[in-house]
Amino acid sequence: MTATNAPRTDGAAGGPAPFVKSVVELDRVVIRLAGDSGDGMQLTGNRFTSETASFGNDLSTLPNFPAEIRAPTGTLPGVSSFQLHFADHDIMTPGDAPDVLVAMNPAALKANLADLPGGGLLIVDSDEFTPRNLAKVGYATSPLEDGSLDGWQTVAVPLTSMTLEALADSGLGKKEAERSKNMFTLGLLSWMYHRPTEGTVRFLERQFRRKPEIAAANIAAFRAGYNYGETTEAFAVSYEIKPAPMAPGRYRNISGNQALALGLVAAGQRSGLPLFLGAYPITPASDILHELSRHKAFGVRTFQAEDEIAGISAAIGASFGGALGVTTTSGPGVSLKSEAMGLAVMTELPLLVVDVQRGGPSTGLPTKTEQSDLLQAMFGRNGEAPLPVIAPRSPGDCFDAALEAARIALTYRTPVVLLSDGYLANGAEPWQIPDVEQLPDLTVEFATEPNGEDGEFLPYLRDPETLARPWAVPGTAGMQHRIGGLEKADRTGNISYDPANHDLMTRLRQAKVDGIAASIPPTEVDDPDGDAEVAVIGWGSTYGPIGAACRRIRRSGRKVAQVHLRHLNPFPADLGEVLRRYDRVVCPEMNMGQLALLLRAQYLVDVQSHTQVRGLPFRAAELAAVVQDVIDATTGGTQ
Amino acid sequence: MTTFDLGMPAASVPPHGPVADAIARSVESQGEKQTQLKAKDLKTDQEVRWCPGCGDYVILNAVQSFLPSLGIAREDMVIVSGIGCSSRFPYYMNTYGMHSIHGRAPAIATGLAASRPDLSVWVVTGDGDALSIGGNHLIHTLRRNVNLKILLFNNRIYGLTKGQYSPTSEVGKVTKSTPMGSLDHPFNPVSLALGADATFVGRAMDSDRKGLTDVLRQAAEHQGTALVEIYQNCNIFNDGAFDLLKDPTTGVQWSIPLEHGKPLVFGPEGASCVVRDDAGGLRIAETSQVEAEDIVVHDTTRADPSYAFALSRLSSQDLRYTSMGVFRAVQKPTYDRMMADQVEEARTQGAGDLETLLSGNDTWTVEG
Repeated sequence: MTATNAPRTDGAAGGPAPFVKSVVELDRVVIRLAGDSGDGMQLTGNRFTSETASFGNDLSTLPNFPAEIRAPTGTLPGVSSFQLHFADHDIMTPGDAPDVLVAMNPAALKANLADLPGGGLLIVDSDEFTPRNLAKVGYATSPLEDGSLDGWQTVAVPLTSMTLEALADSGLGKKEAERSKNMFTLGLLSWMYHRPTEGTVRFLERQFRRKPEIAAANIAAFRAGYNYGETTEAFAVSYEIKPAPMAPGRYRNISGNQALALGLVAAGQRSGLPLFLGAYPITPASDILHELSRHKAFGVRTFQAEDEIAGISAAIGASFGGALGVTTTSGPGVSLKSEAMGLAVMTELPLLVVDVQRGGPSTGLPTKTEQSDLLQAMFGRNGEAPLPVIAPRSPGDCFDAALEAARIALTYRTPVVLLSDGYLANGAEPWQIPDVEQLPDLTVEFATEPNGEDGEFLPYLRDPETLARPWAVPGTAGMQHRIGGLEKADRTGNISYDPANHDLMTRLRQAKVDGIAASIPPTEVDDPDGDAEVAVIGWGSTYGPIGAACRRIRRSGRKVAQVHLRHLNPFPADLGEVLRRYDRVVCPEMNMGQLALLLRAQYLVDVQSHTQVRGLPFRAAELAAVVQDVIDATTGGTQ
Repeated sequence: MTTFDLGMPAASVPPHGPVADAIARSVESQGEKQTQLKAKDLKTDQEVRWCPGCGDYVILNAVQSFLPSLGIAREDMVIVSGIGCSSRFPYYMNTYGMHSIHGRAPAIATGLAASRPDLSVWVVTGDGDALSIGGNHLIHTLRRNVNLKILLFNNRIYGLTKGQYSPTSEVGKVTKSTPMGSLDHPFNPVSLALGADATFVGRAMDSDRKGLTDVLRQAAEHQGTALVEIYQNCNIFNDGAFDLLKDPTTGVQWSIPLEHGKPLVFGPEGASCVVRDDAGGLRIAETSQVEAEDIVVHDTTRADPSYAFALSRLSSQDLRYTSMGVFRAVQKPTYDRMMADQVEEARTQGAGDLETLLSGNDTWTVEG
């Protein structure tokens, strides 16, 4: 941290500052905004993220909100928060702990204070610390007055009353005007961290174009907050975080659900097939349905079904007709879709099943993240019903994962499970916009000519290389055929109860999925010097925290390898060999050790499982400590 | 031969992209679509495996004889079924077909019909498949008015699982699973469909080739979801279930034939008729006891489904006063058509450009 103490009088808004303020340069900051679920913390966080992205910092976000739309005001269960980590270098996680906590009420303070390290900056809305609000969360005395916040740099700001004052002439009632306090707060933070403000003004104008008075009030509150920061003596310092060096190119900010939806649109475009989504609303997957429903100009059809089963069934029907059928859901929805997934395995039709995982079992933790559906994706069907499983590792990677899932589904004529999770879905990061021409070519060839010796069409005569069966679509003359859930005879696809045929078909379906390994890249290993003795293996969204933990470990002088899996079924062909290279393999997962179980079973490698199911991503520091202990036990101390 | 518009607005909503290319290639190699079919063209080489004497044979023959009159090529027809005896139907039809999973045929057919409005999509289902495990899909398909035809074979029993009572079995039915008689009140499939605001609802008897063909023809002409309940005899587990209506004597007495525009007169020598009751519903009267103008004239086109519903409620669980024919046939926009229109409308505002989409509204550039 370097203090430049440069006097600043060039504020974006308002006149000259009344006194000289200093600017401190930081390499990274973690801010957490916390408030009532009605306070607009997610919107505020998203706006701050957009400002930060357009400024050019690298960033990672962690929204955290209750499942209730409006939990009782001012209570602990109603607290919603948004954490943003931004830096002048590339970062991999939303940060273990905030450097700055903004608490909009006593409940937000109580729910989040324990995460703020001593000495951290704490900004609270003092107007909300009323006896009633304090009592609601069990504060006997106000923490603003009883000295309990002495360990932090606490700044109590009357955010609500200053917002009301700023909007005194807006013509809005008190209740309505009060709602702009999140924009006042955003203005204050924008000043404090030198964020560009034009984007937010444009956003508010766009968002409330039908309610210009609301747009004007929000913009006025936003500017008032900025000006307050500039003029108040409460904040003597503002901070600068330089843009992060990134590969040349065009960037945007993107969330996982957005990236996944765009990846699906791109898969439709690159295959030339109409995209058909059958889905039932479910947290945290619904945003994919919302996003896709806006892209009809790409020939995308979205069908909001009566239930999860109808969602996947309609997608199967569309695939039979020659569409790229997709269904999106979360764990409870996958449970309901299991039988239909089996039908897609049996009928060998391309289908994407997107599972944005959340805490389980049953309804579980709808808005919290977890990666506990891996074994369900692998085995959660009756009978031997293998299907490919892949998982993205970051919000932006959801785009590529969707394309890869489509490639496998279309090439091998199989349902594919794509395992995202709540953290990826709602988290955001800068994303380099890909060149459309460079995206994979997913063109498919429908069968139009009979393939049998006697001029008949054999719907289960397989491609010798991929073992995929031909895909003939209704409307194609001479190719009429019947498929279904009953066991199929090899080649003809007729119903068959023949014991030898069932054995053969079961093995063929397995061999087809296993054979996908031939088309996927070798295991991704990050072992800078190639001589680490301990490897950490992960899949899905733990990529960031594991990567950040490995960096910490390497900074401490130890060696560690990071192995990350995108393909969970089949695994890359060289995975067993890779794992056997290391003395110890640690597998951190946000479940009870599901990947570890698979690895141990398949490769007889003594994988050490490290698990956590708190509904939140791993903290890099905690992970680093766990892995460091393993390294030290293996190598007998620091190298 | 008359060609009906069977939900095939192929000229206005043709497939495009690889599907269109595949169809064009097949036309190139096999010639123009063959729409002049005979019943035998619709048969497959698969051995039909229903129990000897099953009503399903009669229905299969009736459908195979009737479909060619529609002038639709085999490859443009798709039959989707669920699970149960009736759901074996697609294997015996030389069209495209899917024998899917229990209860889900309407949902699968919805996805197909919504993404391929150029096809003629039929669902074959049974009382257990459509009304028990698949009840939810059935009512939602009906309310959406997707352009597909649902043939519900109602034998009032679970046949494939060997004889348990079904959601249409009469109360007190003694079966393997109900030795002391079943307790649940049955569904009347026609009432259920009308309650879901179905745009077309009809009922026919398996053994009545003419009546069945007539209802099928009207269903095929209908734009939107058509539900046809077909009373079907299961001679193994529920034999004679519909004898009251099949027997020449009792059949005339207890069936009310429905014909659009005709007064609802039935029974031996037209002795019975349907009139309005004081509560706004319908009741049975003796024709000789009422004025001719008081006899209800059947009208399938009423926008309000309550008249058709009242007709369906005249019958009781023992099948007396069962209306046979088309209850309701009203025009409403179809789901698949409206979905295609939305896609078209979005396209007229500018065909999607992937690069623009991926870029979004806020981008920044990092210089090399």
